[in-house]
Amino acid sequence: MSMKTVNFTINGEAKSVQAESRQLLVHCIRETLGLTGTHVGCETSHCGACTIHLDGEPVKSCTMFAVQAEGKSLTTVEGLAIGGTLNPVQEGFWEEHGLQCGFCTPGMMMTATALLRTVNEPTETEIREAISGNLCRCTGYVNIVKAIQYAQRKMHATPAPEAVLQGGD
Amino acid sequence: MIPASFEYVVAHSLEETVGLLAKHGSDAKILSGGMSLIPAMKLRLAQPVFIVDVNGVSGLEYIREEHGELRIGAMTREAALERSSLVKHGYPILFETAKVIADPLVRNRATIGGNLAHADPANDHPATMLALGATVVAHGPHGDRLIPIDEFFPSFFASALEPDEVLTEIRIPAPSVRSGGAYIKFERKVGDYAIAAVAVNVTLDDHDTCIAARIGLTNVTDVPARATSAEASLVGHRITEQAIADASRLAAHESDPKSDLRGSAEYKRDLVRVLAGRAIGRAVSRARGGSH
Repeated sequence: MSMKTVNFTINGEAKSVQAESRQLLVHCIRETLGLTGTHVGCETSHCGACTIHLDGEPVKSCTMFAVQAEGKSLTTVEGLAIGGTLNPVQEGFWEEHGLQCGFCTPGMMMTATALLRTVNEPTETEIREAISGNLCRCTGYVNIVKAIQYAQRKMHATPAPEAVLQGGD
Repeated sequence: MIPASFEYVVAHSLEETVGLLAKHGSDAKILSGGMSLIPAMKLRLAQPVFIVDVNGVSGLEYIREEHGELRIGAMTREAALERSSLVKHGYPILFETAKVIADPLVRNRATIGGNLAHADPANDHPATMLALGATVVAHGPHGDRLIPIDEFFPSFFASALEPDEVLTEIRIPAPSVRSGGAYIKFERKVGDYAIAAVAVNVTLDDHDTCIAARIGLTNVTDVPARATSAEASLVGHRITEQAIADASRLAAHESDPKSDLRGSAEYKRDLVRVLAGRAIGRAVSRARGGSH
């Protein structure tokens, strides 16, 4: 069993870890680095609970080896909030009740954050397509879509219709 | 879900890749996107002793028109095909194919070269490349070798690549005037393999007579295959509703699906008939200049 040294940055922090070639990236993130926000769901590349950003792109960290992260920049769900302030997507999941059991939520939010970074105003269809590699067994997706739409409005500072109504209370 | 142990090396050039393949023979396996290989390794269906990661080889991710062909670097991600306006507008069949592979997260890693080299009859690109009459470029110790796609899938889960060759490029003939293609896949859910899918590419003359037709089938044959009787029935004729119905029945007859959790053989064969009809119709409409 040969260990390799792997260097990458994760959530902005440079790390150097020892990894066996066959170690999956998700296990390195959770077990070696203790960042357990990234979940292991199906382990078969289907569910997306393990979604992280690899050089800004959402990928399934259960379907990469840790050694493949050499020289890369990774972001996990722990890297979304800045200085204790939730990012718009996290806030959206909070405000719109975008989760029930919460298991898929980290992956959903990583995918949603990447989507909103590349598409300014995604349609509902585009949102649903973007999260089609992230499975949720609780919500029926309706509130997840609403949460992402909330984040989109927040990021582009367009007041939500509800927000306008609430303003009159 | 822990893969068996292996030795891992990142190759930084094609020469290095070929050298490693030559040295380690059938013990070695190329890792490109890893979206088929890593799941197979986790299930221990694949236990390569030596992994050559070609993600370190630069210059293999491109989509460009050159010498009357669309040339696609083997490491081009499916997501890049999906985003390419050249592919979307010039090769809608290829856009339709990339867009239905696995899911968007997988498509950020998955490569077109891997999809073909894996030689899985359930993969989507093989049927489309068969319909398009593509050529595969293999790089080995003696340089490049061109392999017609019709010869690329010799047997079950095997490609025509030699153990010391690496797939570097896919070449697709630029569409001739009045040609059109379509890929239609039927899947149970996003991310699944096709229950069945059909790729069609047709060329018409000025009188609407079909002068060329190629039809590829996904996941209903042991190796990625064409429906040659269906193709032959179209060539030389105007493509009427009746001609489409006849060709679709022939395509269904040529398919050889197996009953499994995705459906019975009878159901899948009839699905081939329905999908072939739709794909021929869409391809003909595109050949006539329609966008759909």
